[in-house]
Amino acid sequence: MPIKVLIPTPLRPYAGKKSVIEVTAQTVGEALNDLVVQHPDLRKHLFSEEGKLRSFVNVYLNDEDIRYLNKDATPVKETDSISIVPSVAGGR
Amino acid sequence: MALIVPQIVYEQIRKHGEETYPYECCGVLLGEFDEASDKAVKAVVACGNTRIDSPQNRYHISPSELVRIQRQAMLAGQDIVGFYHSHPDHPAQWSATDLAEAHWTGCSYLITSVEKGRAALTHSFLLQGQEESKSFEDEVLKLTA
Repeated sequence: MPIKVLIPTPLRPYAGKKSVIEVTAQTVGEALNDLVVQHPDLRKHLFSEEGKLRSFVNVYLNDEDIRYLNKDATPVKETDSISIVPSVAGGR
Repeated sequence: MALIVPQIVYEQIRKHGEETYPYECCGVLLGEFDEASDKAVKAVVACGNTRIDSPQNRYHISPSELVRIQRQAMLAGQDIVGFYHSHPDHPAQWSATDLAEAHWTGCSYLITSVEKGRAALTHSFLLQGQEESKSFEDEVLKLTA
């Protein structure tokens, strides 16, 4: 089914400058896979060489961190949206 | 390239740093990217600092808060164009920790030094490059009425 993925500003240059991309998926893992199939340049910005989400990349299904759901296997429905947000931190 | 900030928003950011002193404050800059790669800030969202273990020298914005802010900004036709935080009793200069934990390339990182509770200098830095080769570059901060 179609589902929307919200792309954060730093990743848009690798996603055709789009802020929202529609993917076809039954799970979060399938959605992310379709996203990088559509926009291959995104892959290295989202995943490590081992294929795992990079440590500073957060993926949310609506308002829930997928790490606290069923990760890649989390099922999605058409009204859901997936948000990608790199972490924001620092300090002196 | 410049970060264009309305004076009222600039004062809001600096006041936040004074309010949370001696702890670091943090927040999100919302606005628009223009053709010349300038960024025009329209509004800021003050965030909580989740680094309660070391708030005097570290900050972290909850990803769930970022998700909500990003979604609402996009609905309003705006984008996240950067972030701000304070350095209590420390210069308005990026640190090694700031660079290591910065991942929003193309965005601005605004830092306000807060000395003895009063906002001092505020500087902006543009995060450039890719994750493996990222760097901060000084960015012109233009205040508008």
